[in-house]
Amino acid sequence: MTLLDVRGLSVLLPSASGAAVPVVDEVSFAVHSGSVTGLIGESGSGKTMTAMAVIGLLPEGASCSGELWWAGEDLLAADPARRRRARGREIAMIFQDPLAALNPSQTIGRQVGEILRRDGLPRARVRERVLAALERVGVPDPARRIGQYPHQFSGGLRQRAMIALALAGEPRLLLADEPTTALDVTVQARVLDLLRRLRAETGQAMLFVSHDLRVIAHVADEVVVMYAGRVAERGPVRQVFRAPHHPYTRALVESVPAVRAKSVPAEPLPGAPASPLARPAGCAFHPRCPLARDRCRRERPEVRALAPGRHTACHFAEELAAGARP
Amino acid sequence: MVRIVARRLPVGAFVMWGAVTLIFLIVRWAPGDPATLLIGSDASPAEIAGLRESLGLNEPLWSQYLHYLGQVLTGDFGNSYRLDQPAMAVVLGRLPATLELTVAATVIAVLAGLTLGTIAGGRADRVADRLVSAITLGFQSFPTFWVGIMLILLLALTFQALPSAGSGTAAHLVMPAVTLALPFVAIVARLTRSSVAESMRELYVQTARSKGLTEPQVLVGHVLRNSLIPVVTVVALQFGALLGGAVVVENVFAWPGLGSLVVNAVANRDYAVVQAATLLIAGVIVVLNLVADLAYSALDPRIRLAGRP
Repeated sequence: MTLLDVRGLSVLLPSASGAAVPVVDEVSFAVHSGSVTGLIGESGSGKTMTAMAVIGLLPEGASCSGELWWAGEDLLAADPARRRRARGREIAMIFQDPLAALNPSQTIGRQVGEILRRDGLPRARVRERVLAALERVGVPDPARRIGQYPHQFSGGLRQRAMIALALAGEPRLLLADEPTTALDVTVQARVLDLLRRLRAETGQAMLFVSHDLRVIAHVADEVVVMYAGRVAERGPVRQVFRAPHHPYTRALVESVPAVRAKSVPAEPLPGAPASPLARPAGCAFHPRCPLARDRCRRERPEVRALAPGRHTACHFAEELAAGARP
Repeated sequence: MVRIVARRLPVGAFVMWGAVTLIFLIVRWAPGDPATLLIGSDASPAEIAGLRESLGLNEPLWSQYLHYLGQVLTGDFGNSYRLDQPAMAVVLGRLPATLELTVAATVIAVLAGLTLGTIAGGRADRVADRLVSAITLGFQSFPTFWVGIMLILLLALTFQALPSAGSGTAAHLVMPAVTLALPFVAIVARLTRSSVAESMRELYVQTARSKGLTEPQVLVGHVLRNSLIPVVTVVALQFGALLGGAVVVENVFAWPGLGSLVVNAVANRDYAVVQAATLLIAGVIVVLNLVADLAYSALDPRIRLAGRP
């Protein structure tokens, strides 16, 4: 069942020069209940802004258009009070840097229980639920930890507390914005396992934002590959990474050594990511694309279905699908 | 907490010794002779010399200083030349009125300043921010004597709502406290505004919003406390400055406070009173700074728990 249906989402951010910059451009995808949709792209691809638009926390001055269908209701058309009530209870978010995202002057318990207190749950019940939430995300000795402050937690524990905070309101959709990027590698793996376990045990739906293809391959069911604010390709994660229908996806896959066969050395993606301030005409990827030809420089490709469930925004996706190599 | 107090105690003692020494030297190096002022200019030189001798003013400076320090350590702050009473008793007699005025002004400044500063810094609305800037600029630039006189004209003469001078009742307190508070409100409001605006850029504000809190809940529940440390510092400093520095307001409203006592004592070269008042104010400032230090650690657990696992 479709939980969140994003249709033609565009976000304009004000820039220093005054002109509005399109950081998200006509993005469409869906998140299904009980499954994880990964959002992957380089920095500046608009993946974080997409998540922020979903939860309604775009920076001041940003303007947003399109549709965000959530349980039969377009959240983008809803009034601010309705959007606010949806936060925490229906849609919750985990941020990249748990130290910065937690209030330094409040105890962990207070912060994790805040959504419940907001809804008027009695103190004793809040404490019970907070203890259970901390236990569930693997914070050891929750009865002691509940009264401690973020700086007394290690990085991994902080992110676990952040996850407990987001889960406390039992949201139907969890947005995770690079939840492991700020953590040590060993801690990363454990936090990823925790998120996977949550999904397996409770069917928690997630929109998982990451620049790391291995992380997405590990946790996601569906993947949306973003480039320069637009969707390059989307589909089931295994199919997309095994047989990319967009040269950008293929370049991403080939730039990761562990995902490929051992014989072929990893190929880093040439060039720099397209800046939303100066997006190339036609297909934004054409300056870095080995398949680029005249049409790519002139005509902007639309996202189209190539096979059931597989969408791509490449003029020559059929060649790619047929196994053509430059 | 005990640790903070113990660490601060020697520093406080040093500050008070420094204040005593400085003021002792300054009043004596300043031109003017207490004996002449006390006895009147028509007295004979022999009478003046006799009085100087009996006041101990003919001793060498270092001997007077050591004598005074010895007295202070035993709790004797000397006698007022003019009033012929213990100097500290004279000063302490003025303290309640001064504290009443200063505390009232500080309460007004903290309440109004925090409210205005939080509204402006939260930027819920840019119009509010500009309005607060304009108000605080006004509060800071009106001269105190002018505000005092305007209030008297308006509230005491035109509407006859409040007494124009004197002390004793709550009604007497309103106008002097408000007059004293206005520039203080401006300082607190501006500082709170910049501190809150800075905290608003922190990521934990986004977390608070992601919990579905309203902007006022975010501001009061998360931003304000993390913005208070610079405000506490300035309130403590300003409170100390007002203790002895409210002379203008005290004069306009005939308020029997420390400020006017000290100004008169300086004019009369009443050394003991000036020294006793300075010592008292220095003591209050040392205590206030200690309170501010304790407040920092109450506000920020990272300071409170520093050095503990």
